[in-house]
Amino acid sequence: MSTPRKAVALISGGLDSLLAARLMLEQGIHVEGINFFTGFCVEGHTHAIRKRDSKKVKRNNALWSAEQLGIKLHIVDIIDEYKDVVINPKHGYGANMNPCLDCKIFMVGKAKEWMEAHGFDFIITGEVIGQRPMSQRKDLLPVVVRESGADDLLLRPLCAKNLAPTLPEREGWVDREKLLAFHGRNRKPQMALAQEFGFEDYASPAGGCCFLTDKNYSRKLVDLWQARDKKEYELDDIMLLKVGRHLRPQPHYKLIVSREDGENNFLHGYRKQFSTLEIKSHNGPLTLVDGVLSDVDLQQAARVAARFSQGREAESVTVKFTPLNGEATLLDVAPMPAAEIKQEWHV
Amino acid sequence: MSDYQLDARRTLCPMPVIKTQNRVNELQPGDTLEVTCTDPGALSDIPAWCRINGHHIISTEEKNGEVIINIRVGDD
Repeated sequence: MSTPRKAVALISGGLDSLLAARLMLEQGIHVEGINFFTGFCVEGHTHAIRKRDSKKVKRNNALWSAEQLGIKLHIVDIIDEYKDVVINPKHGYGANMNPCLDCKIFMVGKAKEWMEAHGFDFIITGEVIGQRPMSQRKDLLPVVVRESGADDLLLRPLCAKNLAPTLPEREGWVDREKLLAFHGRNRKPQMALAQEFGFEDYASPAGGCCFLTDKNYSRKLVDLWQARDKKEYELDDIMLLKVGRHLRPQPHYKLIVSREDGENNFLHGYRKQFSTLEIKSHNGPLTLVDGVLSDVDLQQAARVAARFSQGREAESVTVKFTPLNGEATLLDVAPMPAAEIKQEWHV
Repeated sequence: MSDYQLDARRTLCPMPVIKTQNRVNELQPGDTLEVTCTDPGALSDIPAWCRINGHHIISTEEKNGEVIINIRVGDD
């Protein structure tokens, strides 16, 4: 009996990659999954931070998919390498700060490197022609093939019949007749196939998996770059954009105000990296200060922080200010009335 | 066979899994690894990663806001 051909499957945790991998397993291909962590993945972070006591079982959908398939999953940290994709996308951004086409090219290219390093034969993805406006347009799928360097080693089982045969099909490693011809944004064929395979409780078919497709998140990222006057970030920067209220009362400083206990606990982990404001006279949130405050700024920032405490209606609230690498001081301030917190401060 | 420890505190999913994966890949079958995390999601994610990659969970424990997971490295 011959050794089965080996495919590495890009597993996002969504339905399409789950189905694409399953189709290959049906054909006797040895499949292992690869999942890339960019730092922008939605994957459970906000749930981990904000909904600690939620009754809903938390799970990593890529791991869940691999377990459903009975395949190994390799999770790869690409945080640093991915920065160039986000900062300098050759093909530009989508509706928000999502560089979807460059992202797909990059990930397929990384999968090809992994394939070669581990002695695999080809790559599979769950892409479907016409399903997404930027990265899955028919005229752009060849761009992914070409610029990733995957060439005809990239097989898209869900829509392969709409595309030219790839090497795995031409060589008979897989039976093209058993591949599919899905196209467009209609999800019903995928849902029907999921039912046929007995997949239940899969991740929301229409759900995005990247914060960069989110309008509010993208606005915060742009604000970060504008405030720093340069397009760069570290992992902590992009993690903090997922957490708390972000207010920029002045161009040179921003406040990150926790919204509940889980966020408060999370932000506490950053006390040695930021100046902080803590409400001492009442229950209230921890606030991180991104920037350097003058005495006037400090009064303003403390009043804003007090506004989000349970002392918001009190005449005076005591706020502890701890500057980065400095001595803490206590201030008594009047909480800022809601009407004075300008809408444009909200990032 | 040796016993090892890994500090994955103050990282969020999937970083505890990635750290565990990368450390386990350096170890020998039969070695044990004690992973300490603060993301409660690790309680489901690290055992799931172990199940699909052929490693064994010896124990899991939540204590003082931390999750401690003991793993025995599998043969493959």
